[in-house]
Amino acid sequence: MSNTAHAADHHAEDHHQETFISKYVFSQDHKMIAKQFLVTGMFMATIGMLMSTLFRIQLAWPGEGFAVLNFFLGDKWAPEGVMDPNMYLALGTIHGTIMVFFLLTAGLSGTFANLLIPYQIGARDMASGFMNMLSYWLFAASSVIMVLSLFVETGPASAGWTVYPPLSALPQAMPGSGLGMTLWLVSMTLFIASSMIGGLNYIVTIVNLRTSGMSMTRLPLTIWALLVTAILGLLSFPVLLSAALLLLFDRSFGTSFYLSDIFIAGEALDYNGGSPILFEHLFWFLGHPEVYIILLPALGLTSEIIATNARKPIFGYKAMIGSILAIAFLSFIVWGHHMFLTGMDPFLGSVFTFTTLLIAIPSAVKVFNYLTTLYKANIRFTPAMMFSLGMVSTFISGGLTGIILADAALDITVHDTYFVVAHFHIVMGFSAVNAMFAGVYHWFPKMYGRMMNQKLGIIHFWATLISGYGVFLPMHFLGLAGVPRRYYTNSEFPLFDSFIDMNVLMTVFAIIAALAQFIFFFNFFYSMKRGPVAPQNPWRSNTLEWTTPVEHIHGNWPGDLPVVHRWPYDYSKPGKAEDFVPQIVPLEEGEVDGEH
Amino acid sequence: MGFLLGFAATLLAVVLIVQIIRVFELTSKLSGNDQSKVSFKDNRTRAFSWLLFMIWYFALFIWVVQKWGPLVLPEAASVHGETIDFLFNLNWVIILIAFIITHLVLITFILRYYARPGSKAEFITHNNKLEMIWTVVPAAVLAVIIIYGLKTWDEYNGDVAGDAINIELYAKQFDWTARFAGDDDQLGKANFNFINTSNPLGLVTEQTIKIRIQELNDQIAELKEELNHVPKDGLKESQKLAAIHHKETQLSKIHAFRRNNELAKNAAKDDKLVKVEFHIPVGRQVNFSMRSQDVIHSAFMPHFRAQMNCVPGMVTRMRFTPTITTAEMRRKTGNPEFDYLLLCNKVCGAAHYNMQMNVIVDTPEDYAKWLAEQTTFNAKLMATLGLSETDNQLAQNIQ
Repeated sequence: MSNTAHAADHHAEDHHQETFISKYVFSQDHKMIAKQFLVTGMFMATIGMLMSTLFRIQLAWPGEGFAVLNFFLGDKWAPEGVMDPNMYLALGTIHGTIMVFFLLTAGLSGTFANLLIPYQIGARDMASGFMNMLSYWLFAASSVIMVLSLFVETGPASAGWTVYPPLSALPQAMPGSGLGMTLWLVSMTLFIASSMIGGLNYIVTIVNLRTSGMSMTRLPLTIWALLVTAILGLLSFPVLLSAALLLLFDRSFGTSFYLSDIFIAGEALDYNGGSPILFEHLFWFLGHPEVYIILLPALGLTSEIIATNARKPIFGYKAMIGSILAIAFLSFIVWGHHMFLTGMDPFLGSVFTFTTLLIAIPSAVKVFNYLTTLYKANIRFTPAMMFSLGMVSTFISGGLTGIILADAALDITVHDTYFVVAHFHIVMGFSAVNAMFAGVYHWFPKMYGRMMNQKLGIIHFWATLISGYGVFLPMHFLGLAGVPRRYYTNSEFPLFDSFIDMNVLMTVFAIIAALAQFIFFFNFFYSMKRGPVAPQNPWRSNTLEWTTPVEHIHGNWPGDLPVVHRWPYDYSKPGKAEDFVPQIVPLEEGEVDGEH
Repeated sequence: MGFLLGFAATLLAVVLIVQIIRVFELTSKLSGNDQSKVSFKDNRTRAFSWLLFMIWYFALFIWVVQKWGPLVLPEAASVHGETIDFLFNLNWVIILIAFIITHLVLITFILRYYARPGSKAEFITHNNKLEMIWTVVPAAVLAVIIIYGLKTWDEYNGDVAGDAINIELYAKQFDWTARFAGDDDQLGKANFNFINTSNPLGLVTEQTIKIRIQELNDQIAELKEELNHVPKDGLKESQKLAAIHHKETQLSKIHAFRRNNELAKNAAKDDKLVKVEFHIPVGRQVNFSMRSQDVIHSAFMPHFRAQMNCVPGMVTRMRFTPTITTAEMRRKTGNPEFDYLLLCNKVCGAAHYNMQMNVIVDTPEDYAKWLAEQTTFNAKLMATLGLSETDNQLAQNIQ
């Protein structure tokens, strides 16, 4: 005990020595790093969102001139306002990269792992403040390089966010595979380093720094999700790193890991014996767990928010942990479902069909548990709760179409069509974005000590949910008509051209969705400065972060660390005066803790 | 027009946002600024807004199905495609049931259990029996989907029929070539080292071997000549030496073909290369093998429920048996312009969006007639070189 008291004193001293640089720039405090991740993620997402708006304009009105395209893309890439096909591919590529990695991996995990892990387990900070700072600054550097790659003469990487070689390996194949692709690889290498350093830190912190009484079965589901996510990242990101390095070697040093028998630009190339399929295996060995690196934190955040606002324990706490673990394990043995049609052995395809469809079981369990949590609840519709319920809807709507894509036989028809685009945007993109907004609305008081405006939050929610479905629900039908993704225009096929009015509809919804985010930005930045000051526990929640003072202090708790006596879901427990019992309240005589 | 529309939409949206923000500022002044509580009135409104949303969501779904449902792929035009379509429909039924039930439960609970004055939640933590049911039921349903799915997948990957037609699909940025076997019923060998303007698929025949040897010898001689005019020990010299080395390696590979493939080397001579459009007969299995010249492409024929990537450095395969002729399909779809399509479905560069070929399914008689009309590779090659097929001037030149 005296040690912790000493540590607290020590931290209090530190507090006085802080300069602007050490507090706001090279901060080692988890709360500041969380905010840095969030704001950087929001900045990157704005670029990604703008890009999607630009290519949606091209899809709705192919070949027409738009001043706005010329304004953003310049005379080189949008002469007279008509988008260049290479730029179309580049925008899709960078939009995907930014949304998947910079927003939904770093922005989501980086923000909430940093904010919530020390807070919710009762730790003064992350295990290594320095590594945590390093993780953010590597991410910042990788963001800067990714943004810089947009301005190189030959354009940014354009081979799709999956950057399959040989297209991504040979500058002769497309201009974006020149310097832009090199910068993409450098940026991603830094990104992976950032993710791994961060992930290692999260795991060590959760395993070692839980406060007294915080057993693994008393952890909030957010922490379980973030722990398993960090383990997934640590096991799969190194494989992407090797994939990226080998691609860099093929591009720059003439090795033949991925390339063989290529004749391009009037010349037979020297590459011999490599296989592009090797890259696909390595890429998707990360790529599929990556989907869950995005989704698990989203599921963790919504579990916590739904329980808090339903004023009811999350239904089947242990089943929720079990399904997180099951999803995580299965996510490592399903990557081949992205590659059914690469010419791999059909038997292997059968195996991947089997394992992929198995994931539907723990996912279904999660959905049923969410729904049952609402049964006989006392639901309070805060903006965070609205977004969480939106996430339940999108997770169902998008998840169900996964059953079709998981089936090798059905994948033949819908592989690489807009059906896939619709599926993963709803189940992964839209769900995770919903959860991220839910998290921001819910924990904003903890981050900035002020409240966000609820009414604007609700308007933002409905605008986002409706326009999101407005874009992606019709899109399934494009896929079912066989329209491939990554087409600059569908107008070259009379068969697909009849969908032009659908493309207009989707673009209008996409523009509304993009504009709706400015309501959020306004609410976010306005409330940060001028929002009403937050009470200590605004949502009457059980978890430890709400026992810390509203004003951020180094070391989180002014005195001793809190001691935990119960699981985090004692909402509406019979015989209690209030409808919540914080984790720090000791058990009464004869009171049973946890699920019973 | 589009620009004006976009401009008007943007303007409207900006005005909307400004208005919303003004309303927000007024209300936040009036509402006492407590943003951590939700009044019962607001809570009720928000619960019922979910009802409106659900109605909108289902209405949108129905509207979309009505409006664009008819534009999805018509019935499968291949034998295995019918099984796939059945599996598709089975999946849709399951998906729709799950989708509707879960969303109805969601809206029911929202409307039934929103907080109102005096309401309380019940402390329910888990229920093993219930959880067992909703683990086992999806597992059982999935078992059916998996078993049926794997059966269908096996059918798609079934054996090559004895009387199958062998066709090679050759992909490059940004077009397709289909290669049919000639009278010998055999697709001749091909290799990327043989590719040049007169032989875009790199077919290996007596003639193409000679042409490439001559061509490479000329190029090497030219490079060696240039080597005399560049400064010694400089970058230029090493570049030239590397280029010579590269050509010499190619040459040795071509010589190896000459030595090792005496039997196969002429099988390509009577192969038939077609572009823009190719024909296949109804009711007979077509066995496709696929190659790519440069990057990954994907041969996608949606109407036949068939797709396979074309990967540089390897040969991939797929096969199907067409069941409906183009003429019949035009009648069925009521579209006299209807054509089966082969399209590229793996992003391959700037013109990826327009890398297509028409597929015509003929009666066997029409197909035989069409095939007989196509010229052989060798005839085309000789014509390009301005030689008659019997001319052996080329051979003499190379000796």
